[in-house]
Amino acid sequence: MNGIGGILRVSLFITCYNDTLFPETGQAVVKVLERLGHTVDFPSKQTCCGQMHWNTGYQEEALPLLPRFIEQFKDSEVVVCPSTSCIAMMKDHYPLMAERSNDEGLKKAVAEILPRVWEFSQFLTQKLGIEDVGAYFPHRVTYHASCHGLRSLQLGDGPQRLLRAVRGLELVEIETLEQCCGFGGTFAIKNAEVSSAMLADKVRSVLNTRAEVVTGCDNSCLMHIGGSLHRQRTGVRPVHIAEILAGE
Amino acid sequence: MSGAGLDPRTAPKFQVAARVLVGDSQMRKNVRHATKVIQTKRAKVVAEMPDWQKLREAGQAIRQHTLRHLDFYLEQFERNCTAAGGVVHWARNAEEARQIVIGLVKSSGAMGESPTEVIKIKSMTTEEIQLNKALEEAGVHAYETDLAELIIQLGHDQPSHIVVPALHKNRAQIREIFMREMNLPDLGGTPQDLADAARRFLREKFLRVKTAVSGANFLVAETGGVCIVESEGNGRMCLTLPETLISVAGIDKVVPRYQDLEVLLQLLPRSATGERMNPYNSLWTGVDPTQKGGDGPRTFHVVLMDNARSEILADKEARQTLQCIRCGACQNACPVYQQTGGHAYGSVYAGPIGAILTPQLMQMHHAQSLPYASSLCGACYEVCPVKINIPEVLIHLRNKVVKQQSSGFHILANPEVMALKAVAQVFRSDKVFRVSQKLGRLAELPLSHKDGQGVGWIDWLPGMLGGWTQVRDLRVMPKQTFREWFEEREKNKQGANNGR
Amino acid sequence: MDVELIAVGAREDVLRRIRTSIGTPAANAPAIEAEWNTLPREYNRVGSLDREAVLEMLDERLRDYDASVIRIQSGAVAETIAKQLTERGKHRLVIPKGLAEALGEALPAGFEFVVDEGLSTTELDSFEGVVTASTVAIAETGTIVLQNVAGEGRRAPTLVPDYHLCIVRAGDVVENVPEAMTRLAATASLATTFVSGPSATADIEMTRIKGVHGPRFLDVILVT
Repeated sequence: MNGIGGILRVSLFITCYNDTLFPETGQAVVKVLERLGHTVDFPSKQTCCGQMHWNTGYQEEALPLLPRFIEQFKDSEVVVCPSTSCIAMMKDHYPLMAERSNDEGLKKAVAEILPRVWEFSQFLTQKLGIEDVGAYFPHRVTYHASCHGLRSLQLGDGPQRLLRAVRGLELVEIETLEQCCGFGGTFAIKNAEVSSAMLADKVRSVLNTRAEVVTGCDNSCLMHIGGSLHRQRTGVRPVHIAEILAGE
Repeated sequence: MSGAGLDPRTAPKFQVAARVLVGDSQMRKNVRHATKVIQTKRAKVVAEMPDWQKLREAGQAIRQHTLRHLDFYLEQFERNCTAAGGVVHWARNAEEARQIVIGLVKSSGAMGESPTEVIKIKSMTTEEIQLNKALEEAGVHAYETDLAELIIQLGHDQPSHIVVPALHKNRAQIREIFMREMNLPDLGGTPQDLADAARRFLREKFLRVKTAVSGANFLVAETGGVCIVESEGNGRMCLTLPETLISVAGIDKVVPRYQDLEVLLQLLPRSATGERMNPYNSLWTGVDPTQKGGDGPRTFHVVLMDNARSEILADKEARQTLQCIRCGACQNACPVYQQTGGHAYGSVYAGPIGAILTPQLMQMHHAQSLPYASSLCGACYEVCPVKINIPEVLIHLRNKVVKQQSSGFHILANPEVMALKAVAQVFRSDKVFRVSQKLGRLAELPLSHKDGQGVGWIDWLPGMLGGWTQVRDLRVMPKQTFREWFEEREKNKQGANNGR
Repeated sequence: MDVELIAVGAREDVLRRIRTSIGTPAANAPAIEAEWNTLPREYNRVGSLDREAVLEMLDERLRDYDASVIRIQSGAVAETIAKQLTERGKHRLVIPKGLAEALGEALPAGFEFVVDEGLSTTELDSFEGVVTASTVAIAETGTIVLQNVAGEGRRAPTLVPDYHLCIVRAGDVVENVPEAMTRLAATASLATTFVSGPSATADIEMTRIKGVHGPRFLDVILVT
């Protein structure tokens, strides 16, 4: 049941905002991985991947977070993280950050660690080769493909395959799967009106599915979509995919 | 003549302009419709090409190679164009380019007459330098002959898209403009009626006006030839019928060889209009030496304009901006552009490409809000036919903006810079991070209230964070962070083990 | 106004700025050529369809962009031109020099064919149409390529009249754009026009409208 490659020691990179705002997602990740027979540890000095600073233009501020990450995870067998945008940050930008540091050791460490770093759903479908994690979640669900998962990580239909294998779950496809929800990190604050307009479109698409739950692999998009669903008192809940897969 | 041009020097910040435009539901509906149609057409003709990704790679490689040897290829183009009877001019900036064109137009008349009219092909480069306004001030009226540009010109409007400049207008609005400006009280309302009206309006100009101004899609260094792609035939009219042709081209428009067009002429039409090939491509080299009854204009000028492009070339990470072949696919794919339309960008170059090109053309002195006009969703990169990694360049330019804002006294006037720098300090220490998580829970306490399920929510946030709570609620921080939960669990496990 | 005096020294300045920005020492022509030769070209440079499939594709794609296509065997060119012009109601047509030679057949009787010997724009505007041969046709894109050679002539006559009848020989049809560019390379400096269907625009609500300024009607006779 633990998939290809036997029992793994998984180091969890929870990310700053999941740690602070969505502990239930991390708890669900632990539950799923342990249910599959793997062990989970949590390097305690981890903080943030640096995405917010890097993407907003504060690249000098993001740089020190890279050696911190390496220091925390360099001995890990595999690193798993339940956030597509943070993984995309690492895969897309860490090599460049290391390059800029002119630190040969850091460059080498980044090159070594990145192949062992996995987004949660991709870890299940690609590293472990599993689709059915033995979950039960009796609800009508629609899946939101976050842009970083879709374009940078190329998740494809991996998350949907995981969801289809969940007992009791009815998956309904959203009409604008490839359309950005308008979150974009600080974009949602700096360009609030445009972000809101994009969000309104996305929420309309979610409501058109008549799903009870909107899920995805990134709580930042879900927080944004869920914030509007709550404001409009729609009753539709945002739930991270890990929490669905942990259901029993 | 159009009203005040889109000038990044005086345009409002993107978020300010966007705030107004997001409220223009008719414009948004028009833009949404148009971008959706082009995207669908593009997707269809791209799917027909099994070698599309290989073409993109070749296109990218050709453009990168050209930029690495731009001086060589420009000199080669100049040499070959001149040998074929063309006249090549160089301009450091927009002002020089405008003055050269005005000078050439004024001296283009037969028997010392100074022309007062020119016909024009749609050209982003001439929009960039606001050539029409300068010509008008010099006593020369420029007739835009592309249907969309004609709509813009007669409507005293501004272009909002690279390829389809009037896509923010619908047929009813266009009919109104034509009825008023062409004095046609009985004009029908179908697109065909409107196109017919444009044909009749411009026909006489094509046959009469002896000087034409164009841009250029590609300059071929190997042959000295120039290529222009278009749909309506207005381009061919301007390139073929007048006595004098003046083409204004950015120095980035050169390609090494004729053979390279086999790549670019596949990438451009499919990306731009979703056609396998646009109705007309014209390729010509200098002038036809036949004296009487020759093919095309007797005098041909090319103005090679720098206008900050050589500076963009110096920035290794942003250089790829110059790979652009102006197809507009990134605009159609952009969810931000779809909401705001093009005018919010305060530049003739709107959408993702405009967000990276405009501030660089302004040498980062203006348009600093544009690199932030993106959610970094990456749709633009995905469709770019020459693989410009627009999100990467956006982030790179944001860094330049932050450095400007962080220097000297600017920093004190900017709460965002202060806040983000403070947060960065928090992430540099897990201890400080833990304390901040606790403090955050306390700080938000007065703002939260419980919903029916007993979950705390925030519906109002102060200051710049207020953008969030305009349309969204925010769930309060849970009582326990993940790390507190995990560590407690580990402790309990150990306790259980010890007690065993 | 003396244009020469407007931007004195601009050429040298622009080139100098470019060289400074590129940052590497200027490469010589052979080195640049060698680099150009290594550029990736893994796209389809040669087609894969058989002859008949290529011709069928051209037929289909021309129609797709609002041209009409008549397929005939060689020897029937003149009669087909006559039939087509009669059907369209066209009698007075401009033709390029050397058209009959290019077609390999004399033009049909009963029509007024005027050879373009440098006709003025206004004179061209008085014709009902134009008849030409073509250099190459591209099946994949539904494109016909015209060059300033005998049988095709100057650019203006195929632009100003409202109707264009174009004769394409099957031997000149290639499958894709790279094949066409290879054929055209030797005559690259001639004035060249790629025509893909009649003049069109989608500037109003992205609705494709046939015919704006160029010929509104394009008929193609494809000769096997």
